[in-house]
Amino acid sequence: MSQARSSLSRTIAAHAVLITYTLIALFPVFVILINSVKSRRAIFAHPLALPGPGSFDLIGFTTVLQQGDFLRYFGNSMIVTVTSLVLVLLFGAMAAFALSEYRFRGNLLLGLYLALGIMIPIRLGTVAILQMMVAAHLVNTLLALILVYTAQGLPLAVFILSEFMKTVSDDLKNAGRIDGLSEYRIFFRLVLPLVRPAMATVAVFSMIPIWNDLWFPLILAPAEATKTLTLGSQVFIGQFVTNWNAVLASLSLAILPVLVLYLIFSRQLIRGITAGAVK
Amino acid sequence: MGDLKLSAVTKSFGKVDVIKGVDLEVKDGEFCVFVGPSGCGKSTLLRIIAGLEDATSGEILIDGAKVNLTPPSKREIAMVFQSYALYPHLTVRDNMGLGLRQSGASVADVQASVARASEMLGLGPLLERRPSELSGGQRQRVAIGRAIVRTPKLFLFDEPLSNLDAALRVHTRIEIARLHRELSATMIYVTHDQVEAMTLADRIVVLNGGRVAQVGAPMELYNNPANTFVAGFIGSPQMNFLKAPALGLAAETLGIRPEHLAISRDAGQIPGTISHVEHLGGETNVYVNTDAHGLLTVRLFGEHQFAVQEAVWLTPDPARGFLFDTDGNRIRA
Repeated sequence: MSQARSSLSRTIAAHAVLITYTLIALFPVFVILINSVKSRRAIFAHPLALPGPGSFDLIGFTTVLQQGDFLRYFGNSMIVTVTSLVLVLLFGAMAAFALSEYRFRGNLLLGLYLALGIMIPIRLGTVAILQMMVAAHLVNTLLALILVYTAQGLPLAVFILSEFMKTVSDDLKNAGRIDGLSEYRIFFRLVLPLVRPAMATVAVFSMIPIWNDLWFPLILAPAEATKTLTLGSQVFIGQFVTNWNAVLASLSLAILPVLVLYLIFSRQLIRGITAGAVK
Repeated sequence: MGDLKLSAVTKSFGKVDVIKGVDLEVKDGEFCVFVGPSGCGKSTLLRIIAGLEDATSGEILIDGAKVNLTPPSKREIAMVFQSYALYPHLTVRDNMGLGLRQSGASVADVQASVARASEMLGLGPLLERRPSELSGGQRQRVAIGRAIVRTPKLFLFDEPLSNLDAALRVHTRIEIARLHRELSATMIYVTHDQVEAMTLADRIVVLNGGRVAQVGAPMELYNNPANTFVAGFIGSPQMNFLKAPALGLAAETLGIRPEHLAISRDAGQIPGTISHVEHLGGETNVYVNTDAHGLLTVRLFGEHQFAVQEAVWLTPDPARGFLFDTDGNRIRA
C-alpha cells in the first residue's frame, strides 16, 4: 500500500482485529494438538498447559497406530473424498455449462431444481438412501459413500459454477465454434481453465463436509474394511471410558490431509483472483 | 469465390422479432457494411450468416449453396470479434493456426499460412507471445490474422474497432481497407459508426428495427436517402429536419444537411439565435435555436467568428433539400 493511503494506527487496528480472529479460530485446533502429546493425567489436570518434560507422552499416537487399522481408515477417507470431489467438479461443471450456455425449454426450472439440494439437507433422505443401497447391494462399500457425497456436493457446485460460466465471453466460445472445436473441446479447453478459481472455491466448500462426515459412514459403511477416519476414531470414544489420548491423536492426524488439499486449492484460488485483477 | 444471398431471413427470440424479413445479395469481393443504431439487429444478422444463431425462417446461401443447417466451421467463413476472443492459453501462432489444424490441414500448410498472414500484418515478432502479453491493437491484429489464415469465402467483422482508442481505430480502419484490396475477398462488416461505414464500404446496408432501411454505395445513401432514418443516420453532424409546411412546401419534412444551410447576420428565411459554436479548425459548427424548427446545425468550412446569443438568419439551399412525407419516406419529384 502507498504511504499516502496508510496510517500506522489504522494498520495496527486492522492487524489487531485479524490476529484476534485468527487466535479464536485456531484455539480449538491448538488445544487438540497440545493435548494429543500429553499424558492422560496431564490432559485432565491442566488442559491448557503446554506439554512439558513431566507431561509429554506419545501414548495417544502409539495406541492409534497399533490399535485398529488406522492406515486403511486413512486410505478409505482419502479415496472417498478425492473421488467424490472429482465427480462433483466434473458433473457440476458439465451441468453448469449446459445451463448457462444453451437456451432450451425449462432451463430456468431445471436450474432451480438442481439448486434445491442446497436448501434440503441430504440426511433427511437417509432411510430411503439406506434402502436403495441395500437393494443395490452397495452397503459396506466405498462406492455407496462416493455416490451419496457426489449427490450432496452437486447442488452447490452447479449453482456457483453456472453463475461463473455466464461470465465467460460468448465471443470466445463462438470463435472456437467457427474454428471447428467440438462443444466438449470448448468446455474442457476454453471454459474450464477460465473458471478455475470458482472450481477451487467449490472444491474447498465440498471437501470439508465430506472428510468430516460421520453420519453416512456409520450408516452405509460401518464394516472394518470400509471405515473412514472419522468413524475409525469413534472406537476410542466409549459409553463409560473414553481414551482421550487416542481420540486427540487421531484427530490431529486427520487434520493433515485436509490441510494439504486446502493448500493446493487455495493457491489456485489466489492465482485465479490475482490473474484477473492485474491483467 | 464468396457471394452471399439472404432471402426473407427472420429471427425471433421467443415473442420478440429481432429480424423481420431481410433480403440481401452480396457479390464476390464486395465490402459490405451493416450499419444501424444498437438493437437494430445487425449483429444478430451477422451471427445468422456465421451460423452461430439459427434463422427462424428464410434461406442463407453462400456461393449458391444453402447453408441453413451447416455448422459454422463448415461454412468456410472467418469472424473477427469486438472483444478479440483470442484463446488465452495459446500463443499467437497457435491462435492463428488452430482453425486450419482443426480442419485437417498438414503441419507444413498451417505453418505456411500462419507465416503468410503474420507477414501481411507485421505480427512476426509476436508469434510466440500469449494474448495477455499483447496490447489491444496487437490483439485485434492477431484476431484479423486468425481470420486470414483460414482463407475463407466470407470475412465477418463484428464491430472490430469499437474497443480501440481513436488513433488506433483510424489506423486499423486503413489496414482493413488495405487487406480488402490485397485479398479481394468478400467482407461483411458490422458497425454502429457511420464514419467507418462510409470510409470502408463498397455498399452499405442501413438497418432499422430488424428491417433493411436502404442499401447502396456510401455516396448514394448520402446524396439520395430513401427515408428520414437513413438521411439522419448517414452524415455527421446530423441532417436538419425542418417543418416543410412552415416554409410553404408540399411535404411533411424538409431534410437539409448542415453544410447546405446558409447563415447570415442580415437577412434570410428563418430567424434564430445562436446557442452554441464549435470551432474545429477546418470547420465551424454553429447551433441555432429557431422558433419554428427547433435547434438547427449549420456547418461552415474554415474559421468563422460568431457569438452565442447573436441573432442570425438561416436559408436552406433549395436544390440540396430532401422532401419526406408523413411516414418519413422520400418524396421524389
